[in-house]
Amino acid sequence: MSVWTIILAASIAVLAIKLVGYLVPPRVLEKRGAAETAELVTVALLAALVVVQTASVGQALSVDARLPAIVVAAVLLAARAPFILVIVAAAITAAVLRGLGWAA
Amino acid sequence: MTAASTPPPAPEPDVTLERREAWRAAWGVGIAVSAYGVSFGALAVASGLSVWQACVLSLVMFSGGSQFALIGVIASGGASAGPAAIAGATLLGLRNGLYAVRVSPIVGPGVLKRLVAGHLTIDESTAVSTAQRHPEAQRVGFWATGVIIYIGWNVMTLVGALVGDLLGDVRAYGLDAAAAAAFLGLVWPRLRALEPVAVAVGAAIVAVVTIPLLPPGIPVLAAALVGVAGGLLGVWRRRRDTESITGEQP
Repeated sequence: MSVWTIILAASIAVLAIKLVGYLVPPRVLEKRGAAETAELVTVALLAALVVVQTASVGQALSVDARLPAIVVAAVLLAARAPFILVIVAAAITAAVLRGLGWAA
Repeated sequence: MTAASTPPPAPEPDVTLERREAWRAAWGVGIAVSAYGVSFGALAVASGLSVWQACVLSLVMFSGGSQFALIGVIASGGASAGPAAIAGATLLGLRNGLYAVRVSPIVGPGVLKRLVAGHLTIDESTAVSTAQRHPEAQRVGFWATGVIIYIGWNVMTLVGALVGDLLGDVRAYGLDAAAAAAFLGLVWPRLRALEPVAVAVGAAIVAVVTIPLLPPGIPVLAAALVGVAGGLLGVWRRRRDTESITGEQP
């Protein structure tokens, strides 16, 4: 599978989901199970992505500068800091730790 | 108050004011999200995508979470991890379908309008729109946020992809940590009840356990099953509760 195939297939799938939503009558959301399950699947995916993006290199687990960076992000989120500040602070934390040679 | 003798005017909703509030929210959210398009562009190139491939993702897919998820899998698993990358991005895009159902009445009729609106239906446009009270302000919130982010996100993706080509090792700038923080920022507002917190913890554990065992991309899909299980459990519990209530009646 070429990278272009992956990009186009995934892009069209994600776009199609959005468009299909406009064909669905709003009362479908009133079936609470469907909306709730979709929300919990989103939470599960995002939580797993945090772990993968923080602690993996390929198929190996790795503890490096990303771990303190995500802790800084969590503290800022808990303090209700704006989204962009959280992202920048995490990047700076990792960059500084790597620059000082304190973390890989 | 000097005007105490005259009765206060009826509290009719000030549409102009609410519309202005919606615009302000749209700009605030739009600028922040657009700025972080730079890190998407740079990371996409670092993951092995060309500048054009990064731009097509932002132009057509236009859903930050799905885009980061896709390039994350390609970065660690290469093109052979394609099916997992597509599945992960698509599953993460499911929530946009729910948003579409919610904002559909706000957008109103018209095929072309709904096609464009569909493309702009993301976390931020839905959030700003549904946070407004007046229907007119909801409409402004949706379109303003959607259009600002669409333009900003795509311009900044291009900038990031071009700069990323020059940067070389994006890790030195902490951009990999920025992507992790972005996912955390997306999940954080959803953790307001016990159920999603339990699902998030369970999913994180599944990811840690399966990262060394399964090919790149698959651990995220395995963790999604925790969300499905949580949803089914909720349905089952509600059904049991209604049955026990009806059972107690004489």
